[in-house]
Formats: sequence, structure tokens, C-alpha cells
Amino acid sequence: MDIPAAQLRPSRAQTLGSGNVVSAALPFLLLLLIGVAFPLFGGYWGVIATRACVYWVLVSGLNLVVGFAGQIAIGWVALLTLGAYTTSVLAAGNVTPPFPPYFALAAAAVVGAIFGLIVGLPALRLRTFYFAITTLGFATIVTQVALAWQSVTGGGVGVPGPVFSEPFSSLWGFYYFCFGLAAICTWMTANIAASRFGRALTAIRDAEVAAEASGISKPALLASVFLFSGAVAAVAGGLFASLQSYITPDAFTLDLSVLFFIAILIGGRGSILGPLLGTILLTVLPEFAAPLVAWSTFLYAVLLLVIVLAMPGGIAEILDFKNRRPLASNRAIIPRPDLLPQLLGAPNGAAGALTLEQVALSFGGVHAIDGLDLEIQPGQVHGLIGPNGSGKTTTLNVISGYYAQQSGAVRLNGTALPVFARERRARMRIARTFQTPRIVGSASVLENVMIGGTIDGEATFVESLLSLPRHRRDEAMLHDTAMLALATVGLAQLAPVRADRLQHSELRFTEIARALMLRPAFLLLDEPAAGLSADEITRLGALVMAIARAGTGVLLVEHHADLIFDICHHVTVLNLSKKLAAGTPAEIRSHREVVNAYLGG
Amino acid sequence: MVQSIVLSGVAVGCIYALIGITYNVMFSASRVFSFTAGTLGMLGGVLGSLFIARMGMPVVVGFLLALAGGALLGVITEIVAVRPVLRSLDQHLYVLSTLALALIVQQFTAIEWGTESRPFPRLFNIGPGSFDQRFWLPMLACVVVIVGLELLYRHTLVGRAFLAIAEDTYAARALGLPERGLRMASYALAGVIGTLAGFAGGELLLAFFGNAPMLTFYGFVPVALGGMGNNRGAVVAGLLLGLFQQAANFLVGGIFASVAVFAVFIIVLLARPEGLAGAATQRRV
Repeated sequence: MDIPAAQLRPSRAQTLGSGNVVSAALPFLLLLLIGVAFPLFGGYWGVIATRACVYWVLVSGLNLVVGFAGQIAIGWVALLTLGAYTTSVLAAGNVTPPFPPYFALAAAAVVGAIFGLIVGLPALRLRTFYFAITTLGFATIVTQVALAWQSVTGGGVGVPGPVFSEPFSSLWGFYYFCFGLAAICTWMTANIAASRFGRALTAIRDAEVAAEASGISKPALLASVFLFSGAVAAVAGGLFASLQSYITPDAFTLDLSVLFFIAILIGGRGSILGPLLGTILLTVLPEFAAPLVAWSTFLYAVLLLVIVLAMPGGIAEILDFKNRRPLASNRAIIPRPDLLPQLLGAPNGAAGALTLEQVALSFGGVHAIDGLDLEIQPGQVHGLIGPNGSGKTTTLNVISGYYAQQSGAVRLNGTALPVFARERRARMRIARTFQTPRIVGSASVLENVMIGGTIDGEATFVESLLSLPRHRRDEAMLHDTAMLALATVGLAQLAPVRADRLQHSELRFTEIARALMLRPAFLLLDEPAAGLSADEITRLGALVMAIARAGTGVLLVEHHADLIFDICHHVTVLNLSKKLAAGTPAEIRSHREVVNAYLGG
Repeated sequence: MVQSIVLSGVAVGCIYALIGITYNVMFSASRVFSFTAGTLGMLGGVLGSLFIARMGMPVVVGFLLALAGGALLGVITEIVAVRPVLRSLDQHLYVLSTLALALIVQQFTAIEWGTESRPFPRLFNIGPGSFDQRFWLPMLACVVVIVGLELLYRHTLVGRAFLAIAEDTYAARALGLPERGLRMASYALAGVIGTLAGFAGGELLLAFFGNAPMLTFYGFVPVALGGMGNNRGAVVAGLLLGLFQQAANFLVGGIFASVAVFAVFIIVLLARPEGLAGAATQRRV
């Protein structure tokens, strides 16, 4: 059942995670149309619609932080406050000569970006709950400062909000101003969501070790997102101040933060449309039930609890009709090793060997590996076998930088690899898979594989935000390469499917495809055959051999002795953290101690 | 002036330390931090004021009822917000579920009790001296809790079972310990400690719904700095926090005191994410 070559490069529209570009954009176009025509509904709804737009400007940025990167920032109202006061104070001229309101708004964006970075950066070092608490603390403090710094903020009395000049001063004029900004924010965040940055964010959220192994630098990425998110939040603050026409610290309660946060979770993580609908819903809902206004935050909190416990996927999951269609039950993974040269390019003869010299590592008093020598040659498959606990995975983790050896060295082509720097392994073209597949379950198989090619993109965050040509070129390149990688491992037909719907064996091949995106000089496979059927193991063996033939050095940690002896050029046997034997498969098979310790007589 | 800084600093520090211990007791039982810790402190003040000042109950009855309310919220937290998400700890859903529950309680209080702070009754009919009850009550509560926990953990079977669960849940379960029952008991205990903190500090903090997020933040600082699950670290860090905050209050004024506390907290955490006393944990790959 060969796949015709023409089918390997389907147009992007057919294989994009969201199915079809047109049908994915349809809800947004509909909302755009409604938004433009909104003044026809009459004046009462003007303020509410404007407020929904203002909130969405903030939520769209926060969505990248919470929904995509998975950072629980609950105090984001602080940036709204900051933006509102910066715009109002500058426009009113309390400390400086009065700024024109548009410049004040731009200045607020800059201030917001800086503070977004300051509030966000602890996320790099702190665990989830710690980060949530620091954002909460920041929100408390900003309000207190606003209350106490009377000479600038007016204290409890407040300051008047900025008034934007014609044509944006009337009710509907201002509405169109906010609506335009909201539409731009939607467009920009949708661009990011569909870029390598958006995929990298979800990888950090759901599969951080896989993100590191793919060379994704968490600090740089999160810094960009926090800058953007802080800037749009502050702009929303400026608009909010103008809409309120007068602001006091009371206007910025934690309730607002809760509203923003819950809008995203109701909408669903990793979606743009969901949180957009969530924001509209939460803004409009109290208008339909006036007696409920006092209870609105209470109800939002109840809603949050229900969502978390009952449907963590949110609105986006409900709207995801495509992924409810059943998959074919009798599907098989048929790799196409013949595509490897096309995917990996010509073998790079210059690559030297990956060597371990007398590497030792102990945890407490337990020796995990004790003076291990190992050499992996380009173009060869090196098997690493041994009983459970003999140090195989530890060895792999030392090579890929998760553990630091206490003595000895790991060298690539003679140069020692930096200790710990996990994400730099990818730039050295060392790729790996994991014992339990690390996959972004809510992303499509194709998107998961594209994550592997993140470091090959050239466009900057800003270029992706604005969908400039280099961004579009990156995306087309990553898409085509990922399709080729999927076809190579035999999963092309599953490209648009949500990854968490796949079988275990398919996830293993998905991980290999993701690793191949790096065009690896060395590929480290951690028990790739575990949980595979006999047929699949045979095909895996052929694929691994072909990868080696294409010039890649493969380190294969495995328990399936048959597979090891079939495909390895060289085998190292570990026992009790030490090397028990090393040699060709034939030598190992007849090695008395190995047979006694591991293979069994 | 030094005297009043030290007195109020230690008193407020004791409240923070107690909220920190509340976090720790819940964390030990379930490996989960709960946003309801500060809510419990807030409830201590509100329930005390409600039972004693508004409903005119005797102090002892009001005190016991307030603690019972805290225990009840503790158990509800365990059942509603913790147990359902324990299976997927790595998704951090507990942050959201406990936040939701904390907000529910806080908003309910805001609506039913009101959004302005109300006075907390004076518990003992003694005239105001320099060493007033509003200072020594939180200190007494803190000493009682520390000694009580020490006795519980070291000298009773239930206390040792708590420790076993905290040390290794799977091993404890394999030994036949009733893990779920012990976890609920821990949460009830945490509820009592949290409300005790708010009750004893009632005169300092007043009966105010907004104390919930404030205590959630300032009560977590001792946990983060003292090392999670480390009660002694929480007490030391709590007292330091209280003293630092009060000193800054007197010296540079309220807002800058909050900013200073926040800045110190962030800087220390960034320098030592595992806390001043804690040890780094290895991540599994």
C-alpha cells in the first residue's frame, strides 16, 4: 500500500490541524461582520459591546500566557490597572505636560510590556502555584500603590480617563476604535497560535522535556509572550479608563482578574475562538440577569470549578466536531524508509563520534553509572542493553543534558558537551525520544511533529505576530518537512488528528518523526519498541537501520534482545551500573556473563 | 516605637506563620497547595465577629463554632477541590479548583457579610495595656499550634500516620493506612488552624472579606521562604516577614512596605526557588 508521491505534499489547507483554513476562519469572519454591523442594534448595547472589545484586547494577550503557555497568571488585572493609570495620568498631565491621548496609550503599552515582563519572569524559576501567588501579590500591590500615591493617581478620589479625539470620541466612534484594536489583537494572536512560537508554547505547557529536547528556549519565548501580553493589557487599561471616563482604585478588583482568567478556561486552553466567545459570554451574561450582577463573580467561580472538574477542554472542545469522527480501527503504521534521504539530506561525513569517557554519576550513595565508556559512530546503530536499573536511561539522560555527570566527559567530535544545557543539544543535532512518549495531546499529530523543527524557523516573534513573509515561508517549510517526516514513519494519514486519540505505538512513531525533524547527527531512542506488536517491531527495526544508513548515529536503549541483535552494529551491555561487555551482536550473544546476567540460558 | 514595631510585627508574623502552617498541613497530606488557606483565616475573623458580636454568643461557644466552620470548609476543600484532581497532579488543576472554591467562599462572604470591614469583639474584658490581647492572642495561638502539632506528630499514632502519608503516600497506602480518611482529617485540622489564626488575629485584621487574598499571599510567603512542608521554617519566616513588614510600615509608610515585602519575596524566591531552608528536588525525565 504505497502512498503516491503526490499525496505526500498535500496543500496546507488539507492538513492544517484545524482542518480547513476557510472553515476555521468562518466563525471569526462572522464575528467581524456582527461587530461591524453592531451599531444597528441600538444604543443600549454600545457600552457593553465596547467593554467586551476592551476585555478581549486584554484577554487575547493573556490567552497566550494562560491558554497556550499554561502559566497560571491570576493577577493580570494589575496590568489593566497600570495601563489605565498610565494613560489617564499622562493624558491629564498630573506629572508631565499633558500627552495627546494616543501617545499616552502608546506609552502605556510600553510600560505594560515592561511590567508584563517583570511580573512574568518569575515563571521561569517558580512552580505553578508559586507563580500564581506572585501574580496575585502583584495585583494586590498595584491597587495599594494606586490608592496611596495620591499626588499622581489621585488616591481614592481617582483621575479622569483619557478622551480620544474625533472621530473616536462619540459612543460608536469609540466602539469602532476598540473593535478595531480587538480585531487586530485577534489576528495577531491567531498568527502566533499558528506559528512555531504557538506550538512551542503548548509544548512547554504539556511536554516540557520534549520542548527542551527540541531546542526550545523557554526564557526567550516566555519573555516575548509576557512583553506582548503586558502591552495589550495596558492598552486595554487605557481604553477601559476612557470607557469608565473616571477611574478609582475600586474599579480594579480581583473580580476582573477572575473574569479574564475564567473566560480563557471556559473557552478552552490552546484556542483563540473559545476564549473570545468566553469573553463575550461573560461580559454580556450579567446584562440579561440584572439581579445576578452582585452574584456574578460568585457564579464565575462556580463555573470555574465546574469547568475544571467536568470539562477541562472548555468551549473549544465542544466546538471541535472534526475530532469526534471515529478513526479507522484497522490502521497500520507502514514506514517509508526510502524517503529518509530526502528528509535528512546527504550524510554529513564531517560529523565525528559521540563518546562517553569514564562517565560516573551517583544519586546519594547509589551508583547509577560508574565509569562508563561508550562510543557512538555516525551511520551505526549502537545498542545499549542491560537489566532494569543498570543505568541505561541514566546514560541517555546524561548525554541529553538532564543529569550532570560527576566525573568523566561526554564529547561530540572531541568537544565536551556543556553540562545541563538541554536545549543546546538540539542545535548540535542530537535528538531523542522518551520512554513514555511526551506529546502535546491537544495538538494535532502534524503540529506535534512540527515542534521538532522549531529551531529551523527564521522569523522572529514580531514577524510571526504580523504574519510577514519570512513567517509564512517558515510555516510552509515546517509543514512540508513535517509531512515528509510523518510519511517516512508511516503516519501521514493521521496528520490532522488530535494526538491524544492515537494508539501507543503510533505515539512512539510520532516521537521518532519529531526527532527526525532535527535532521539529527545522533538519535537517542529510549525503548522505542516497548508496547509495539511484533510486526511493528520489525518495521521499526527496518526504519532505524535506514536512519543509520542515511548517516545518523543511533543509540538504541532496548529490552527486546531480538531487535538489538538484528539491527545493531555494536552492543554495550550494562549490569549494576557498569559495563559488563561490549562488542558485535555475535560476540555478545555468546558472552557467558551476559547470558547468565541478562539473556538467560 | 521600637516596642510597638516588635509587638505588632511578632503578632502579625504569628498570623502569617499560622496560615503558612495551614498551607503546610494540607500540602503534607496531599502534595497540593490550596488557595483556601487565606480564606480560612478570613473566615476566622468573620465567623468570630458573626457569632460573638452579632449573635451575642458566649466567647467560648463562638470560638468553637468558628473552628468547627473552618474544619468543615477544610473537609469540603478536600472533597470538592482536591480529591477529584489528585489523579492528574501534573496538570496542576488543583490550582484552579482550589482557587475557584476560595473565590466562591470569599464572594459569598462579601455578599452575605458585606464588603466593608467590621470590628472584631474584644474577647477578654481587660483594659488596654501596652501588651494588649490583640498582640498576645496571635502569639498564644501560634505557640499552642506549634506545641500541639509537635505532640500530635511525635506522640500519637494518628500523628505518625500523618507523617507517613506526608513522607510517602504509596508506601503508606501499601501499609494499609486509610489514606483518604487521613487526608480528610488533615484538611479538617488545617481548617481549624487557619480559622484559629483569623480568630486570634481578629482585632488586628478585623472581620473583612478582603483579608482572604491578602492572607493567601502573605501566608504563602513563609511557606515559600521556609521551604514547603517545613513548619519550623514557616514560623521563622513568618515572624521575620511580620517584623520586616511592620518596620517598613513605620519607616517608609504602608505602600512602600507592601512593595518592599513583595520585592524581597520575589528576589529571595528567584535566588532560591526551593526556599531558604528547603532542598532542591530532582525532576523525573
